[in-house]
Amino acid sequence: MSAALAMPAAAAATAPALLEVEDLHAYYGKSHILQGVSFRVGAGEIVSILGRNGVGRSTTLKAIMGDVPPRGQIRFKGQAIAGLKPYAVARRGLGYVPEERAIFPKLTVRQNLALGEKGGRRGGRWSYADIFRLFPRLEERIDTPGGVLSGGEQQMLTICRTLMGDPDLIMIDEPTEGLSPQMVARVAEMIGEIAARGVSVLLVEQKLTIALKLSQRLYVMGHGQVVFEGTPAALSADEAVRREWLEV
Amino acid sequence: MLELVIISTLNGVLYGMLLFLMASGLTLIFSMMGVLNFAHASFYMLGAFFGYQISKFTGFWIGLVAAPVVVGGIGALVERYGLRNVHRHGHVPELLFTFGLAYVIEEVVQMVWGKLPVDYRVPAVLDFPAFTVFGTNYPAYKLFMLAISVAIFLALLAVLTRTRVGLIIQAALTHPNMVAMLGHDVPKVFMLVFGVGTGLAAVAGVIAGPALVTQANMAGLLGPILFVVVVVGGLGSLTGAFAASLLIGLVQTFAISLDVSVASVFRAVGIDATPSEGVLGDLWNVTIAQVGPIIPYLLLVLVLIARPTGLLGNREA
Repeated sequence: MSAALAMPAAAAATAPALLEVEDLHAYYGKSHILQGVSFRVGAGEIVSILGRNGVGRSTTLKAIMGDVPPRGQIRFKGQAIAGLKPYAVARRGLGYVPEERAIFPKLTVRQNLALGEKGGRRGGRWSYADIFRLFPRLEERIDTPGGVLSGGEQQMLTICRTLMGDPDLIMIDEPTEGLSPQMVARVAEMIGEIAARGVSVLLVEQKLTIALKLSQRLYVMGHGQVVFEGTPAALSADEAVRREWLEV
Repeated sequence: MLELVIISTLNGVLYGMLLFLMASGLTLIFSMMGVLNFAHASFYMLGAFFGYQISKFTGFWIGLVAAPVVVGGIGALVERYGLRNVHRHGHVPELLFTFGLAYVIEEVVQMVWGKLPVDYRVPAVLDFPAFTVFGTNYPAYKLFMLAISVAIFLALLAVLTRTRVGLIIQAALTHPNMVAMLGHDVPKVFMLVFGVGTGLAAVAGVIAGPALVTQANMAGLLGPILFVVVVVGGLGSLTGAFAASLLIGLVQTFAISLDVSVASVFRAVGIDATPSEGVLGDLWNVTIAQVGPIIPYLLLVLVLIARPTGLLGNREA
């Protein structure tokens, strides 16, 4: 593990930091969920956070959004955002796609997408035409209530909804969970397309194969802390880390 | 009989629409913030008293507009500086806060206007019979009340389904946190909904004040019925609140005019049974009109037993 931490990550050295998290702590009641998490996401990077269930990956994203009260340093585009309300964090250009997807079930696909747009902002990276080109299925179901879509369609919708707000960094929690292999491939393609447009991606994933294929850098979390940081090649080579912190 | 049906239906729908003016705000506030606002009927009462006071200086019509605006403003301030701070400590303190607020408002109203009814009158332009059915005059003012309630209902529907703010409110009914994380200022929307909700209750107060009695106990009389409406309709369901408002409005109005007892039903079919004296005899002879006030609460109990989420609700009451 110490060998892995010492290994310099090539991408990290070159990309200017978009999101910097330093010594982040978070609590649910009295339980100390995050115990000093530090990491960074560079502009245009795809970074993954891996780890078993319950190690604090989702809480890390929620703390960054301000949905869980954070303690520690969080800087986005060089400005401190810890302590801001979730809507204020979102307006600075941080997009969030929760694990539970949180589709508005009674609203149509069109209304769900419209709610992703931030008031008064036009001319972002993403248009409805872009979304429909990537996922023709969403256009076919444009007037269908979000609640009756399939799991895969809902996952597309929730990512696209956040994209309509034109984030500079999108944080996606477990996007491939419970999806068919074809759907998983579509999601992976989507994440590639997002990064190709200059949007950074912070991915929380369970599936090691997807994360290794997509990411420039990876972090592995265990017990509320970062236990590994490095490139996909470094993680593939480090069997001890994988055995101790990832494999079940 | 036809006369009774027509008049009672009109009155029932009118009463139901008035209930909906209040229940709509109450149920929206509940679904978005999880707060059952015990003081909601107090804002209705404030509407009536403010409407009365303003009408003394400027006439009824300015009061009709100004009183709900003032009350809605007070409601928004209560949310911003009261509830929002209490919210951090959980739902029970919130409930106690609105409970206390209801008492404070009642005491203040008594201190300012006294315990006796105030002389809030129907404006002269509307003080005439609109039409006559079977010899009964139907007051124009009641039709006016109905028109206002229906107009507000349609406006509310249009705002909720056709505007961006309405979309945000609808989404926040189920997922307030997600709406915030998409960049919408949800606390501000909460304040707006609380302000508009209490403002609508005040509209009901202003228009009901002259028709009913404007008195310091009017919140206490109406509050319980309001909760019946919201729970029977299903907490958090606007359509449910609408259906339950009309249902309770009609049930209560018809009950009052039905002078029917078990004894009279038996007599009608030709059985002249006279049971023993005592409790059984009393039950035999009691009329629906006499038990009218209990019916909504009976309905509440039955609905809670058979369908705890209410008629159209989707969360536990």
